Amino acid sequence: MSDQQHIQLPEGSIEKQTNTLNLGPTHPATHGVFQNILELDGERIVSATPTVGYIHRAFEKIAERRPYYQITPLTDRLNYCSAPINNIGWHLTVEKLLGIKTPKRVDYLRVILMELARITDHLICNSVIGVDSGAFTGFLYVMQYRELVYEIYEEVCGSRLTTNIGRFGGFERNFNETAFRKIQKFLDEYPAVLKEFENLFTRNRIFMERTQGVGAISAERALNYGFTGPNLRATGVDYDVRVATPYSSYEDFEFSIPVGTTGDTYDRFLVRNAEQWQSLSIIKQAMDKLKDLPSDVYHADVPAYYLPDKEDVYTKMEALIYHFKIVMGETDILPGELYNAVEGANGELGFYLISDGGRSPYRLHFRRPCFIYYQAYPEMVKGAMLSDAIICMSSLNLIAGELDA
Amino acid sequence: MSLTNEHIKNRLVEKFGEALTNFEESHGMMSFHAPKEINLKVLQFLYDEEDLQFRFMSDLCGVHYPDNAGAELAVVYHLHNMVQNVRLRFKVFTAVATPQIFTATQLFATANWQERETYDFYGIEFVGHPNLRRILNVDEMDYFPMRKEFPLEDQTRVDKDDEMFGRGGSVGI
Repeated sequence: MSDQQHIQLPEGSIEKQTNTLNLGPTHPATHGVFQNILELDGERIVSATPTVGYIHRAFEKIAERRPYYQITPLTDRLNYCSAPINNIGWHLTVEKLLGIKTPKRVDYLRVILMELARITDHLICNSVIGVDSGAFTGFLYVMQYRELVYEIYEEVCGSRLTTNIGRFGGFERNFNETAFRKIQKFLDEYPAVLKEFENLFTRNRIFMERTQGVGAISAERALNYGFTGPNLRATGVDYDVRVATPYSSYEDFEFSIPVGTTGDTYDRFLVRNAEQWQSLSIIKQAMDKLKDLPSDVYHADVPAYYLPDKEDVYTKMEALIYHFKIVMGETDILPGELYNAVEGANGELGFYLISDGGRSPYRLHFRRPCFIYYQAYPEMVKGAMLSDAIICMSSLNLIAGELDA
Repeated sequence: MSLTNEHIKNRLVEKFGEALTNFEESHGMMSFHAPKEINLKVLQFLYDEEDLQFRFMSDLCGVHYPDNAGAELAVVYHLHNMVQNVRLRFKVFTAVATPQIFTATQLFATANWQERETYDFYGIEFVGHPNLRRILNVDEMDYFPMRKEFPLEDQTRVDKDDEMFGRGGSVGI
């Protein structure tokens, strides 16, 4: 052996066969603040180490201090692409605790909003998969239709992104004519757009090559990892909270649960697209059902929890008392413990609430679907190319707000 | 045949006898307490048995009960039988002085980050966890912020008295 074969190289030099790449925390392709430390062998990923928590805002701690109605704005900031689902999920949880029964019309109005939110969430996710695979057109094209949905939110509650929509028992005000007209407009225009979007992608050879077999996970592993929502359904498991444990009168609607087979990026894309069609059909059904219901009902009759009309506050003693108690967070909340789940746009959004009868929850835990399935990411991208890792991440529909709580 | 809470309870009592306590049913979900030494045995039993099949872990989180001397910290498991669509919850308690609980990561991959989160906020140490580090907070943090002894507001504030509107008439939590 010559001396040449025993050269002492400094550590970390060419001795090391793999390269380390910091993907994020502010990489434009990660759509949020996530850091991934990738070990690369050439362009293949040997291992990925995700770091999360960059925008952790201690919502669970803050919730232990706030009265119940002030927690709704916190839920907005979990999955901010579909805030109404979070708001309504939280309202449903508290209503379940308090035993409030909402009128059918409230349920249907909520269903409309939740399905609109699901459509916007899915359309963002799917069009971003397009962006990450080099097809920007779809994203630009559908974005203006998200705008239409945001205008509906605006009409209903006054805000667009972080909606803080509704109250315990219903909505703060009735849907006006403009809101219904805008929903109808969306229902009329969006199907053609979605069709066009699908034409652009679904059978596009380049897109298929880029996404098929990328980031695949088996049904068994997905269940073990706690996957829910479209990501689980793409593996072929037909679990949907809306059907398994219907809430907000979802049992009144006819719809199917689209499932995939391979659990790869392409299937996730297809499942989300198919779900948008189902959501459109649910909204149509809800609009039809609303025609048979009295149009002036928009909240449950629960004076102890639902803010009275302003006019009554100024003229009626009782309304004034309720108003004061609600605003100061002094309404009686029953002690109890419950777990309530709704089908969020990216999976089972659960609220585990412990109430000791105080003005704020004793403990509130959000089961955030993103946080739970993101831990499978290293396994999903192992051995894949770097560009596949990015496309896989966008197809998981990770929302930093929800991930970090 | 649908799986009833009564049946689950009978099967659990049959297997573990007196060890499981506080069986309750609220809002349709059954819950019970288990000693921390057998948390994995309970999980495994619920997972394996043909008639139970609780093979999906919905949620795992911690709770702090500072007044519960000797069992201040709790870990709450939410399990789901997806075939029959039945959920259940059980709690495992541990003293704050010895916050060690066996990890469920071998059975459920999903427990990994959820246990890290629980460790991060409550300081519950999961014995056998492959990578028990803080997850949402910074690594340098030297306390466990979700414990009840850390109030959200400065305890020394005098300009804001919650006596009329807050918990127990104190400032802060």
